[in-house]
Amino acid sequence: MIPANFDYVAPAGVDEAVRALAEAGEDAKVLAGGQSLLPVLRMRLAAPTTIVDLRKVGDMRGVREDGDAIVIGAMTTHYEVQRDPLVAEHAELIKLATDTVADPQVRHRGTFGGALAHADPAGDLPAPAVALGAEFVIAGPSGRRTVPAAEFFVDFFTTALQPDELLVEVRVPKHTGWGAHYEKFNRVAQAWSIVGVAACVRADGGTIAEARVALTNMAATPVRATGVENALVGQPANAESIKAAAAHAAEGTSPTADGNADERYRKHLAEVLTGRAVAAAAGS
Amino acid sequence: MTATIEPEIGKARLRKEDARLITGRTRWTDNLTVPGMLHATILRSPMAHAKITSIDTTEAKKMRGVVAVYTAKDVDPESSIGMPCAWPITPDMKAPRRPMLAADTVNFAGEGVAVVIARSAAEARDAMEAIEVDYEDLPVVLDIEEALKDGADLVHPDLETNKNALWVFDSGEAGTGASVEDAIRDAEVTVTRRFRQQRLVPAFMEPRSVLVDPTSSQLTMWSATQVPHILRTMTALTLGIEEHKIRVIAPDVGGGFGGKIGVLPEELLTVTVARKLNKPVKWTETRSECMMTAHHGRDQIQDITITAKRDGTVTGLKVDLIADMGAYLGLVAPGVPILGAFMFNAIYKFPAYRFACTNVFTNKTITDAYRGAGRPEATFAIERIMDELAVELGMDPMELREKNWIKHEEFPFTTVCGLTYDSGNYEAATSKAMELFDYDGLRREQKERRDRNDPVQLGIGISTFTEMCGLAPSRVLGSLDYGAGGWEHGAIRMLPTGKVEVITGSSPHGQGHETAWSQIVADQLGVPFEDVEVLHGDTQSSHKGLDTYGSRSLAVGAIAVVKAAEKVIAKAKPIAAHMMEASEDDLEFANGKFTVRGTDKSTAIQDIALAVFAAHDLPDGVEPTLDSEAVYDPENFSFPHGTHLAAVDVDTETGRVTLRKYVCVDDIGVVVNPLIADGQVHGGLAQGIAQALYEEAVYDESGTLQSGTFADYLLPSAADLPSFTTDRTETPSTTNPLGVKGVGEAGTIASTPAVVNAVVDAVRHFGVNDIEMPTTPMRVWTAINGGPSDAGGLGSESGGGLGSIDVPGGQQ
Repeated sequence: MIPANFDYVAPAGVDEAVRALAEAGEDAKVLAGGQSLLPVLRMRLAAPTTIVDLRKVGDMRGVREDGDAIVIGAMTTHYEVQRDPLVAEHAELIKLATDTVADPQVRHRGTFGGALAHADPAGDLPAPAVALGAEFVIAGPSGRRTVPAAEFFVDFFTTALQPDELLVEVRVPKHTGWGAHYEKFNRVAQAWSIVGVAACVRADGGTIAEARVALTNMAATPVRATGVENALVGQPANAESIKAAAAHAAEGTSPTADGNADERYRKHLAEVLTGRAVAAAAGS
Repeated sequence: MTATIEPEIGKARLRKEDARLITGRTRWTDNLTVPGMLHATILRSPMAHAKITSIDTTEAKKMRGVVAVYTAKDVDPESSIGMPCAWPITPDMKAPRRPMLAADTVNFAGEGVAVVIARSAAEARDAMEAIEVDYEDLPVVLDIEEALKDGADLVHPDLETNKNALWVFDSGEAGTGASVEDAIRDAEVTVTRRFRQQRLVPAFMEPRSVLVDPTSSQLTMWSATQVPHILRTMTALTLGIEEHKIRVIAPDVGGGFGGKIGVLPEELLTVTVARKLNKPVKWTETRSECMMTAHHGRDQIQDITITAKRDGTVTGLKVDLIADMGAYLGLVAPGVPILGAFMFNAIYKFPAYRFACTNVFTNKTITDAYRGAGRPEATFAIERIMDELAVELGMDPMELREKNWIKHEEFPFTTVCGLTYDSGNYEAATSKAMELFDYDGLRREQKERRDRNDPVQLGIGISTFTEMCGLAPSRVLGSLDYGAGGWEHGAIRMLPTGKVEVITGSSPHGQGHETAWSQIVADQLGVPFEDVEVLHGDTQSSHKGLDTYGSRSLAVGAIAVVKAAEKVIAKAKPIAAHMMEASEDDLEFANGKFTVRGTDKSTAIQDIALAVFAAHDLPDGVEPTLDSEAVYDPENFSFPHGTHLAAVDVDTETGRVTLRKYVCVDDIGVVVNPLIADGQVHGGLAQGIAQALYEEAVYDESGTLQSGTFADYLLPSAADLPSFTTDRTETPSTTNPLGVKGVGEAGTIASTPAVVNAVVDAVRHFGVNDIEMPTTPMRVWTAINGGPSDAGGLGSESGGGLGSIDVPGGQQ
């Protein structure tokens, strides 16, 4: 498979990358790990005029601590996220969701920021980012701005990023000591999620003190299951109350119908998987 | 005296060919480059059925690197060239012409309409985008039942019907059994079911590729094909090139599974354009092209009626099939369902049987042979309906099978179809499998979990299969109107240094012929395994053959090699006698040496080869060569069999099926290389299980293939499958000198019904008696909840993932 012709630039830093994007105009594409972009190029489903390759931008990779948050560089690979001690300690939900992404080859090449900026409704990382209230640090021609997760995901494969902007890093508030689980439902190991549930729970003496739950592929963007969260808070972390809360999972969603799942089945899955995800996160 | 050499047959040798095949550092067709080579790319129709109103190639011709852009009128101005179909199953069969490129009408989405030839593949691909084609919609024929109705829209209006052929076998009429209508009339128990064999993509690893060099005395065609010999003859016949002016080479070929058995429009188009330009031209398809245009497999509706006595004795079987041919006929496509005709009765002693198959044209990609070709479909139907009959009778499904199968002392056994099964021992394979599986223990666990209403239910599935392989006795093929014989050729060259070249007409594409044939010849001639080289796939060295399909390589191709080896020994004998000044009558050949009985004199086969090379002192009248060849035509098919048992966990809350345990005991006769046999079984199981659980080629209502990438067409990986327990019993075939049967298709044929039977068994207490394949989570969950057995399959929207991306403006 051969992509259409494009210009190629590989800037050495964030500012240079932003300039390159501005120069290239709105039909430019950013290349991070390439795990979504390359297939699309090769199938000629996209024909950007310029590819801005971030492989030489060194200061976008790695995880650091910053007060009550950890900061994950957009070019950090899934493999690095999976093994990072700060992620494991303060944002285990992201580690667990990353564990389910595709296969080892993809996880070695694909990046955290690339997966988020791609905004595939069936991708596994947007829902955990929304659940944890992550903030997206975006560089553009007029400097940097920060966008909350709830506003970052705009539509099907569409984010708050403008054509001349670059996702630089993601600030994830620490959820130290919270229980976490990502429940992914797909048909074969390498397939995208039919439905996924990201759950993060802080239990206090057998009672659920706080809960954060978000759903993958129940809409064009990740859905925060606030009905479930509200129903969980203050309840004992047992099967009965979790099941009752999970019944709120599909509220307000109108998921797509595809060959793997119609709307009714997706809503049913969202409830079942939410129950399982919360139970696993609460350790019950 | 030397010790007896340990036999090579039975040794689990690592495969000679693996290092180069696995690393890819070898001669795949697309790896080949010849001087001055050009690249072809084919523009394909996005429409399933349409009139081509105009094709404008002006802009494309002007583009950089473009040498030529051709349409149908350039490559076939007479509109006379059509792809061959070698199996006219009935005298009145309808066979539309399948052109190299569509001229006026496209009949499936993916059919070629123009070809670009350029200096590089990239330039050809870019120029393809610049071709403008206008289409005018024609009604799209997709549903095979609708297609047969009066007044249906027609794929090929000139044929005046969508029906390709009706083929019938009736044991009452053939005199091989009783009348099935009588059996139905007198039946104490009758069970009728409709099963659907979904459409599958063969999904071989190496996409198809062809390189044609017309510049030497023999036009040379390299192709990723499993049938180089058939391709040569068919190219000659179809394009009118003299056969001796064509050389076909199948270099290393990366899988086929039947999917590379065709004679392709792309192959003959590449020949045609290479000759027009008098330049070497290569065409290599993309994966998307492959999935859309390489032939598919299966796609049948099966209406099955089985009759029995209350005690479980089966009395009759009636099979009505409708088989989707797609838009045209593949090389052997009409005969694929017919290969199943003799297998629905399987291992059971049916007294009455009737089979009728109606082949139908639709506006879809053609179907043709896919691993098992007709026999998996048959095995699925019989093994599924045996389970349904067992439920109807209140019998254990294995007990019902045992009551009806051919007992080991009854072989050879002539079936209701008139085939004679030479050997088998279903009792032995079954008892071994039941023990390895812990059938009774799992049945106990199943009852316990059902009693406590466990959300995860256990299902147990059985498949006691047989197949006919070793295709095929030529006289049988003749009686079925097949266009060729079923023999195979083998030859042996003894080199002056005592090394051996083996030539085989069977053409490997991953099976391991080089290793297995080396083991066989090492035993036959008593030479080291390492001293044998196997040549194949090039009509210049391997000049005669009928190639590889239908588990025929070992049971037919290797026997030809054995016969050639016997001739080598026979030729060597008088020379050995002469060299040792002994009488031929006193010579014995063993372990690579002729010895004179009662003496310590001996001469090695290698010494004789050198003496023959020198030819200084040979007996009078002896031709100075040991080289020999043989053609072997099998007297019968071989009949591998086995017992396959599957245990699945079904999550009743989500419908997810998890294959928990899989045990199979296959009887494939004598095993040449256990490692190769295990590999064939493992791969076959994965493919058969994939039909049960994962794979389906889905078309939307406009005839567009929806599952056109591996993101949508789900192939399982090792992560999705359990560790298989495979074992064997060994009942040698009695119809060939090695006692071998063939193993290439066994796993695929047997496993699909075992898994679906297990899925249905897990949820039968919810009132479920069938779930269509693939048994997706949504289908299983819907069936549990009282819905239809064929939920889903055709989505109206995109649910995320690669297949849904068509928005160039989206952010990365």
